[in-house]
Amino acid sequence: MKIMVAIKRVIDYAVKIRVKPDKSGVETNNVKMSMNPFCEIALEEALRIKESGLASEVIAVSMGPTQVVDTIRTGLAMGADRAIHVDYPGTLYPLSVAKILKALVEIEKPGLIFLGKQAIDDDCNQTGQMIAGLLKWPQGTFASKVVLDKEKQTAVVDREVDGGLETLCLDLPAVITADLRLNQPRYATLPNIMKAKSKVIKKLTPEDLKVEIKSDIEVVKVTEPPKRKAGVLVSSVDELIDKLKNEARVV
Amino acid sequence: MEKWRAADRLLKFSSSCKSKQGKYFYSVATTVHRNPLFSIISPDDISYFKTLLGERGVVQDALALDAANTDWMGKYRGSSKLLLQPKNTEEVSQILKYCNSRCLAVVPQGGNTGLVGGSVPVFDEVIINVGLMRNILSFDKVIVSGVLVCEAGCILENLISFLDDEGFIMPLDLGAKGSCQIGGNVSTNAGGLRLLRYGSLHGSVLGLEAVLANGTVLDMLGTLRKDNTGYDLKHLFIGSEGSLGIVTKVSILTPPKLSSVNIAFLACEDYTSCQKLLLEAKKKLGGILSAFEFLDSDAMSLVSSTTFLGTENHGQEVIKDKHGQDFTSIDLRALPLEFWYSYASGSIFMENLEAFLLHSVESGLVANGVLAQDINQASSFWHIREGLPEALMKAGAVYKYDLSLPLEKMYDLVEEMRVQIGPAAKVVAYGHLGDGNLHLNISAPAYDDNILAKIEPFVYEWTSKNRGSISAEHGLGLMKAAKIHYSKSPETVRLMIDFDYCVFELLPDTSCLDDNHSIICLCLSA
Repeated sequence: MKIMVAIKRVIDYAVKIRVKPDKSGVETNNVKMSMNPFCEIALEEALRIKESGLASEVIAVSMGPTQVVDTIRTGLAMGADRAIHVDYPGTLYPLSVAKILKALVEIEKPGLIFLGKQAIDDDCNQTGQMIAGLLKWPQGTFASKVVLDKEKQTAVVDREVDGGLETLCLDLPAVITADLRLNQPRYATLPNIMKAKSKVIKKLTPEDLKVEIKSDIEVVKVTEPPKRKAGVLVSSVDELIDKLKNEARVV
Repeated sequence: MEKWRAADRLLKFSSSCKSKQGKYFYSVATTVHRNPLFSIISPDDISYFKTLLGERGVVQDALALDAANTDWMGKYRGSSKLLLQPKNTEEVSQILKYCNSRCLAVVPQGGNTGLVGGSVPVFDEVIINVGLMRNILSFDKVIVSGVLVCEAGCILENLISFLDDEGFIMPLDLGAKGSCQIGGNVSTNAGGLRLLRYGSLHGSVLGLEAVLANGTVLDMLGTLRKDNTGYDLKHLFIGSEGSLGIVTKVSILTPPKLSSVNIAFLACEDYTSCQKLLLEAKKKLGGILSAFEFLDSDAMSLVSSTTFLGTENHGQEVIKDKHGQDFTSIDLRALPLEFWYSYASGSIFMENLEAFLLHSVESGLVANGVLAQDINQASSFWHIREGLPEALMKAGAVYKYDLSLPLEKMYDLVEEMRVQIGPAAKVVAYGHLGDGNLHLNISAPAYDDNILAKIEPFVYEWTSKNRGSISAEHGLGLMKAAKIHYSKSPETVRLMIDFDYCVFELLPDTSCLDDNHSIICLCLSA
């Protein structure tokens, strides 16, 4: 069984985000970019499944401009067997990504698709669900544990939901999106970085896949959240009570 | 005539008093006596300070005093009854003027993160803590490197965050950054993790303001890159550990933040490979290399065995992943490991770095290693190295030595120490390999004089024989003041003493020495 993992190149999680002065978006020039943390977790799970013998190969897929190849290389250095780069210079919203993935699934025919639950730049949390809908495959989102059964061709997924944990049993092929506690991703070791250099990255375009990219969404404005007001130091309990009563009006 | 008076004071000092105050020493072999010339604090003194500093500036609360009296390692404990917290230079000046007139001994204190007992009182000195003086006064980014002017109580980490927003960095970085203050860093000439690239504080400090023992404010707070007008006295304050005056303001050069940063954590078969790797790295990656640290396998297992890396699972997984991958065939126990940290710009940098690392693996210089793929991974590597002192503290008692040694000999000392100590304690080594600085730590379940006897004076004599320094960056403090002769000739020490007396001698109205345990005083008694 092949596993396809969709990975996204985003602004590094630890970077301080700045909004562009014209409020059209976020500053991405000269800013460190890395693999989306949830995608790392998804890829790690796929690699573990392969290492346990339940899958034959892991294919990493990413979409975007040329620089995306850096992120793909990280994926290969972690252990993916090969990769596909869908070259598209503009912004891709979740529905377009899902349509492209559907076209790739029809070519590669994987038994399982892994994605991160959401990307940290747009926080959409839509792609996994959309591709499941397009393919009419079962989905286990926010996975914190995945156990595959080869004979029964099912996946038992523990999902992190608001009320606690929900356990689902999905028939394969299925779509699973990874949540934070699923696993701890591995580091890229030097020998693996070396091996990654000889792994294949196939380049395709949306036209090759006969997918038309049109978006019904347009970003109108991006602003920073309002700045937090500084706190006030009080010097006695009486003053505190006075402020709570008369200024904050909560007592 | 001046020399006579200096000699006279010398005599007065060495004929010190009988009673030795009870202490919690775990490494000082010499005994220290409280100089009877110093006064004891009286209620009048307290009311004076309260008038000068306000209620908030005078601390007599037992709990707060206990914290200020004890060093970070819990090895040195003073018995001060008074902690003062001035808010500006003028208050520091008034405090010192008053203490001088009353002959009250003082000890300057910043973040209290020092490791040689130099930041806490020896006896009942008044503690002058500059922690409230934490304003950033100005930041000029017109020239390529910024110039930051700030008060001595600014915490290093806060300065780093401030500069980060501006696109600059501090020229020094150390594990204690969350608590250490820049005044203390300057007074101890702190080294840290970036010295390899940015040099020592003697190069990056452009100016400072200090208050002398009689309250005189010495304004040497220049922001000029070049100023050759007379003796550059600020260099004497840098590293003098507060014995010449209290640093109140610092002006420091801040390098620009570079866009590409990466870090690799590598495992080498033995120490010789580590050395060769350093030389290769300096040759091939000279401009890019920013830090080169090493830790041996004992250090690595200590850090991963304590729950220090987060949850226990996390710690285990980090190592397990590396075991699982390619480490299974190599016994991790036998390997010294290292860090590398490189700065440069763009993808050429990544290509160069990767090419160098892969070549090192191919040539066998590096047995294995990992390269950080994002900022979080990079931070977690630093977490391991920066967390070593804390992990050692959690493991029990630790005897800590900070030595500069010739590169080829460095690990020989570690191995000889292991033989010397035997099974009684664990010898853990790590340090700034790029600077030739070894942090030798002996970790035992509890402090034990038998173990201490096996360590000292062996470690100092070994270092001295190899013309190393018994204190590369930690300073002398109380721990090593009497050991200065291992690394400095008697003539040099003599000149230091003469100079110190000259400074106090020439100050108007100096009735007695302040700073009870200045390094010079202890050198005298040795």
